[in-house]
Amino acid sequence: MEYNIVLPKIKDLHLIDVYIQNGGYEAIKKALQMSPDDVIEEVKKSGLRGRGGAGFSTGLKWSFMPKNDGKPHYLCINGDESEPGSFKDRQIFEYNPHQLIEGILIACYAIRAQKSYIYIRGEYRNWIQMVQKALDDAYEKGFVGEKMKETFGTEFYCDIYIHKGAGAYICGEESALMNSIEGKRGYPRVKPPFPAQYGLWGYPTTINNVETITNVPAIIKNGAEWFSKIGEPTHPGTILVGISGHVNKPGVYEVPTGTLLTDIIYKLAGGVPNNKKIKCVIPGGSSMPPIRGDQLEGLKMDAESLKKAGSAIGTAGVMVMDEDTNLSKVLLRITHFYHHESCGQCTPCREGTGWMEKVLKRVANKKATKKDLDLLVDVANNIEGRTICALGDAAAWPVKFMIERFRDDFEKYVSEEVVINVPNKVHSMRNTVIPLSEIKIK
Amino acid sequence: MSFKFSEENLQKINKSIAKYPYKKSAVMDALYIGQEQNGYITEEVMQEIAKILEIPLTDVLGVATFYTMYHKKPVGKYHLQVCTNVSCMLRGGVELLKQLKDELKIEEGEVTPDGLFSIEEVECMGACGGAPMMSVNYEYKENLTPEKLKVIINELRNNSK
Repeated sequence: MEYNIVLPKIKDLHLIDVYIQNGGYEAIKKALQMSPDDVIEEVKKSGLRGRGGAGFSTGLKWSFMPKNDGKPHYLCINGDESEPGSFKDRQIFEYNPHQLIEGILIACYAIRAQKSYIYIRGEYRNWIQMVQKALDDAYEKGFVGEKMKETFGTEFYCDIYIHKGAGAYICGEESALMNSIEGKRGYPRVKPPFPAQYGLWGYPTTINNVETITNVPAIIKNGAEWFSKIGEPTHPGTILVGISGHVNKPGVYEVPTGTLLTDIIYKLAGGVPNNKKIKCVIPGGSSMPPIRGDQLEGLKMDAESLKKAGSAIGTAGVMVMDEDTNLSKVLLRITHFYHHESCGQCTPCREGTGWMEKVLKRVANKKATKKDLDLLVDVANNIEGRTICALGDAAAWPVKFMIERFRDDFEKYVSEEVVINVPNKVHSMRNTVIPLSEIKIK
Repeated sequence: MSFKFSEENLQKINKSIAKYPYKKSAVMDALYIGQEQNGYITEEVMQEIAKILEIPLTDVLGVATFYTMYHKKPVGKYHLQVCTNVSCMLRGGVELLKQLKDELKIEEGEVTPDGLFSIEEVECMGACGGAPMMSVNYEYKENLTPEKLKVIINELRNNSK
C-alpha cells in the first residue's frame, strides 16, 4: 500500500554521498539541459498539486512568474508546519533533505530565481541543524551557490538560505511568511497583488511547500507521465499522511493519493486502541471540517474525494478520535489555538475567535444552552470569508462543521435552559436606579 | 544595565545580515542571538540590535513581542514546554502538564526558586505522531508516560548538581 517518492526507504539517505549513489543531483542536471519553460511545462503536465493545504497546481503557480523582467526573483519554501495534526515536513528534513535541496534548485531554475529561503519553524531547532548540515555539504560539493557554474557548466546558479521562524502559526500563510523574512511582524498581506507580482521585498516570488518541492526531482527524472499515473488522476502522486490521536501506530506514512482512509487507519496505523469505534476524524489538520466516524466507509484520501465528502485534504494530518472522546473539549482546544494564533489585524478573526472560545468554555463546562450552539455557528459564519487571510476560515470551519455534524453529541453537553450567574456586576444592574458611582464591588 | 554583544555573537549577526539584501531581515536571528547571550530579551538587548541593524527600536520591539519564542522575562535553565493541542490532548498531554506542575510546584510561566525549571503550555510543536510530548530547551521528548516524565525530571536535576 505504501509507495515512496518523497521518503524512499534507503538507509542514511540524508547523507550526501548516499544520496548521490542513489541517483541524487541527476535531476538538476537533466533540468538544466531543458529550458526553464519546458521545466514548468513538465511539472504542469505531471499534475502536481501543492501539499501545503490549498492544493493549487504547482506548474501553474510557477508559470505566473514574469519572464525577462530584469528584476530579482525569489523562491520561498514553506516549512513552517504549525497546523495541529501536521508533522510530515519534519520527516523530509530528517530523512531526505537533499531531495528537497535538489527540488529547490530545479524550481529556482524554472522560475529564474537566484535566491531561495527555506522558512522553518523555530521549534524545529534540531531539524534546522540537519537541513543546514545538508546544505553545507551541498555547497561544498558545488551543487549550490556560485560553484554550480563549474559543476554543471551553466550560467545559472542560486543560493539557498534557511530562515528560522520564532513560534507564530500565522507565518505559514504565504504573505505573512514573506513579511517575516523581511524582518517584520508576521501579518498577512491583502491580495492582490499576488506574490508572483509583488512578493518578497516587492519582487516576484513563488512560495511552495516542502513536500511539494521534494516531489519535483522525481518528476523531472521519471517524466510527467509517470507521475500523473500514480494515485488519483485529479490529484496525482503520493501524500505524506501524518496520523495521530487514537490509533495504535501513529506516524507518517507515504501512500498514493486515493488510498482509502479506513486502510490508512486500520492497516497502516494499526486501528483504534481497544477496538473502540471511531467517533470523528479530522482528515487534514485541525482547521479542516471533521468527518463522522460512520461516514468513513469508502472515503478516499485525495483533494477531490474529500471535497465531495464535505471536507478537505489540507496538510493530510489525520486526527482520529474514538467513541469516548468529548468533542466539546476538542473543539474548545482547537478554538483556543486559533484565538491564540490570530495575528489581530482583522476584527472578525481577532474578536470572533475569542468569543467562540468563551462560549465553548461554557459548553465544555456544561453551562450552556441550545441557543449557544446556534450562536457559535452564527459567529463562525460571520468570521468566514471576512478576513485578509485564511486563518479566519480555519478558525470558523471546525466550529461550524463540528457543531453541524455532531449536533446530537453537542446537545448532550447543553441543557434546554440554564440560568447563568452574570459575574459582571455593572451589567446585571443595568436596569436599576442606583447611580454607578455608588455601586461597591467586593 | 548595559548590554553588548560578544565579539563572537557580533560575527554571527553579520553572517545573518549577509543572507539578505536588507539588514532588517536579520532582526529575528539577532533576537535569538541576544536571547542566547542574555537569557531573555530586555530593552537594552533590543536597543543594541536596533543600533546594529540601523532600524528603529519599535521595529525590534514589534518583532520581539509578536513571536512567542522570544522570552521577555527570565526562564529556567531547563525550559519545559508541554503541548496540549488536540493530538497530545487525546493521548494525555493535559494530565502530563498537571503532573509537571505538581512535581515542580510551579505554575505556567513561573520559574522554580532554584532557577532550574520553568513551564510553558504550548501549541502544537509538530510531534503529533509521538504524542504526548514535551520539549526541554527544544530537545523533543516524545511518547511520554507519567513514569518517563519522572525519569526525565530526575535526570535533569542530577545533571545540574
